[in-house]
Amino acid sequence: MEATEKIYFYPVWLRIWHGFNALGIIVLIITGLSMQSGDQMMAIGFNLSVNLHNIAGIIVTLSYLCFFIGNIISNNDKFYLINIKGFLKRLIKQAIYYSWGMFHGMEHPFPLSAKRKFNPLQQFIYLSIMYFVIPVVIVSGFALLFPILIIENVYGVSGLFLTALVHSAMGFFISIFLIIHLYVASIGKSPLENFKGMITGWHHI
Amino acid sequence: MKYSLILLISIFLFCASPYSDAQSNQDAQHQVCLKCHSNQAYSFKNEVTGKVVKRLMNTNFILDTVAISGGVHKGLDCTDCHSSEYPTYPHQANLKLEPLSTCLDCHGGDESFATYKFEKIDEEFKKSVHFQLYGDNFTCTKCHDPHTFAPTARNSSNVMEIVDYSNKMCLSCHNDIKEYKLVSGHENPKLIEVHDWLPNQELHFKHVRCIECHTEVVDSLMVSHNILKKDKALKTCVECHSANSMLKASLYKYENIQKRAEIGGIKGILTNPSYVIGTNQSPYLKLLSFIILFSVLAGIIIHSIFRVFKK
Repeated sequence: MEATEKIYFYPVWLRIWHGFNALGIIVLIITGLSMQSGDQMMAIGFNLSVNLHNIAGIIVTLSYLCFFIGNIISNNDKFYLINIKGFLKRLIKQAIYYSWGMFHGMEHPFPLSAKRKFNPLQQFIYLSIMYFVIPVVIVSGFALLFPILIIENVYGVSGLFLTALVHSAMGFFISIFLIIHLYVASIGKSPLENFKGMITGWHHI
Repeated sequence: MKYSLILLISIFLFCASPYSDAQSNQDAQHQVCLKCHSNQAYSFKNEVTGKVVKRLMNTNFILDTVAISGGVHKGLDCTDCHSSEYPTYPHQANLKLEPLSTCLDCHGGDESFATYKFEKIDEEFKKSVHFQLYGDNFTCTKCHDPHTFAPTARNSSNVMEIVDYSNKMCLSCHNDIKEYKLVSGHENPKLIEVHDWLPNQELHFKHVRCIECHTEVVDSLMVSHNILKKDKALKTCVECHSANSMLKASLYKYENIQKRAEIGGIKGILTNPSYVIGTNQSPYLKLLSFIILFSVLAGIIIHSIFRVFKK
């Protein structure tokens, strides 16, 4: 058996946050789709969808605050910091590895280590999602929860409409992220390896 | 000079007199009826005792003269529809048994009313639950008070006004125990309770006509007259709150088309159907979201195939 190196990437607090966040996001996506479709496909019922969406939205917001603070305290946020210089090049290199190199015996261009938790593509996506998309979806979501706070008219366009549009567009990006996230997680030593890692906390290199 | 002045006055009198005569006749006719029927009390001379008697008018027979003057039939005489015997008082008892003129008696088969499509309205109404259950007893006047009727849906540019006017017609029976029982024979369902499932009920009631959900929309008619049975009413949000909204086929049909043409461009696409849910609000964004979703799924499937075969 090949000797493998293990790194304790995911501490308990991070795994608990990840679990809560994942459940919350899944509920939000399902109820969001239900509301968007006028509950034609989900059969949850519009009122129940709204209530579940509101509750899950608040839970995910609290969970995001925990993530934000936990990331600072535990220094986990350093993995999200991008070194701008040559980043695009590294991004392309990683993309080439995923789309071509990994099928042609190419070595991983950015092997993970205690210093590098994410490859450049992950870094870019996680940074965008966690520090842009999620905050925007939270702010727009709370605005929709308290529509009286929304600016009524933005250059002739309804502010409520724009907020709803931003909220659902960001929700859509999160849904797309979830699909890709789950798929890429299956690219490990074995397809289930990374999922196990998210439960045990250990990542096999 | 003298002759020409006489001639001028003669011409003036000739032109003015028929019009003013007709006007005064009509007013006189109206006045005779409205003298009593626009007031809470009326008085008449009792021929038997020779005394003047004052009595209360039956509230059902009091007419709103202001509303009449804003209605389409303001130019008609009462006796154009009611019996010509009515101006005599006391009214003969058998006059009540005479059938009144129906709307189609005047409006049917007349080219000048062609745009209103009265025959089509009649055809649609005959399919409606009102006619199916109550037959000829359910006349046009049950909903449309001929004294005060105004074509608000056609003339008003204010959606709220159209909604209010239209809903009042339905509510005059459906929210009135006596009126409802008179026609149907049983108690009216509690409107608030039966519409309990509707989110933001108050907002919907104020902004949407009852007929939006309770009629079958016919494209050729401005206002659909085929009122459906309650179990056939629209109950899914998406029927209205979607790109292909039922409202566009009825209430907002003209307004939407007009506005989209006026605004045009990206702004027109973005701002128009704001009552539509989520990204469905813009068909272009919806299409874009589908393209992105299917591209991602296709990418994952292709990548998985490579992973299986190129291991």
